[in-house]
Amino acid sequence: MKATNTMTLTFDSLPVNEGFARSAVAGFFAQLDPTVEELCDIRTAVSEAVTNSIVHGYRQSAGKVRLTARIYQDRKIQIIIRDTGCGIENIEQAMEPLYTTDPEGERSGLGFSVMQSFMDSVRVTSSPGKGTTVTMQRVLSPLAEESIQG
Amino acid sequence: MNTDVFGSVTAGSCRCSTSCQEQILNVRLSGEIDQAGAAVVREQIDRAAESCLPQTMMLDFSGVNFMDSSGIGLVMGRYRLMQTMGGELLVTGASPRIQRLMQLGGLDKLPIFGKNSGGMPPRQQR
Repeated sequence: MKATNTMTLTFDSLPVNEGFARSAVAGFFAQLDPTVEELCDIRTAVSEAVTNSIVHGYRQSAGKVRLTARIYQDRKIQIIIRDTGCGIENIEQAMEPLYTTDPEGERSGLGFSVMQSFMDSVRVTSSPGKGTTVTMQRVLSPLAEESIQG
Repeated sequence: MNTDVFGSVTAGSCRCSTSCQEQILNVRLSGEIDQAGAAVVREQIDRAAESCLPQTMMLDFSGVNFMDSSGIGLVMGRYRLMQTMGGELLVTGASPRIQRLMQLGGLDKLPIFGKNSGGMPPRQQR
C-alpha cells in the first residue's frame, strides 16, 4: 500500500529531542484530526521509542535517530523509529514487561508495554552492533462527520 | 534544615517545585514528564527529602499534561525512598490518562493513593 503523506526527521540522540519528536509527530498527524486521546497515545508511544534509542541504543552517546511518519488510506498511520546504536541481543526478553537492563536507574522496564498498549501493532527488528528499528501502526477512529454521513 | 534545596526546577517543559512544612514534603509537578525531565526532577525531590526528612511526601500531578513510562519509574523510586525513610508517599491529582499509565506499571497495587480518595478506579481495557 502506498502512503498518501510521509514525513521523515533525523535528529541527534539528545534527551531534549524526546519532546521535540513527540511534538513533531503530533503536528504531522494533526491533519487527520485525531481525537485528543489518540494524539496523546501516539505522543506517548513515540516518546517511549525515542527514549529507548537515546538511552539504550546509544547509551547516552552521540548518534542519530531517524523518525518516519506515514499516512495511509482509511486513517491508518505508521511510525518508524530507527537508530544505529548497539542493538538488542534478545528482542523477546527486551519486550517483556518490567524487563530492564538498568534496574538502578529507575527505568520502569515498561517502554515496549506502553507502545503495545497505545498502538495497534509494534514490530521490532534489531541486529546487535548495528541498531534497532521500531515500527508502530494504528488505525485512527473515523471522523465524527463521516460516521454521521456514512 | 537547609532551605536552599526547596524551590523550583525546570527541565525542558517539565517543572517541579518543592516545599517542606511540618514533616510534609509537598512536590508539585507540572508540564511534561519524560526521561529527560524525570532525571532532573528526581534529583530535586531527593535533595529536598534529605533536608526535609518528611513523614509524608505528597506528589501532586495535577499540573502534568503528559507523562510516559519515565513517570512510573519516578513514582516507584520515590515510593522506595519514603520506605527507607520510614514515611509514606501520597500521589494526588493524576488525570485519568496518567492513572491508566500508573495502572499499567502496577502502581495501583501500592498504598500511595490515599484512603479517602477512593483509590484508583477499576482497571479498564482499551
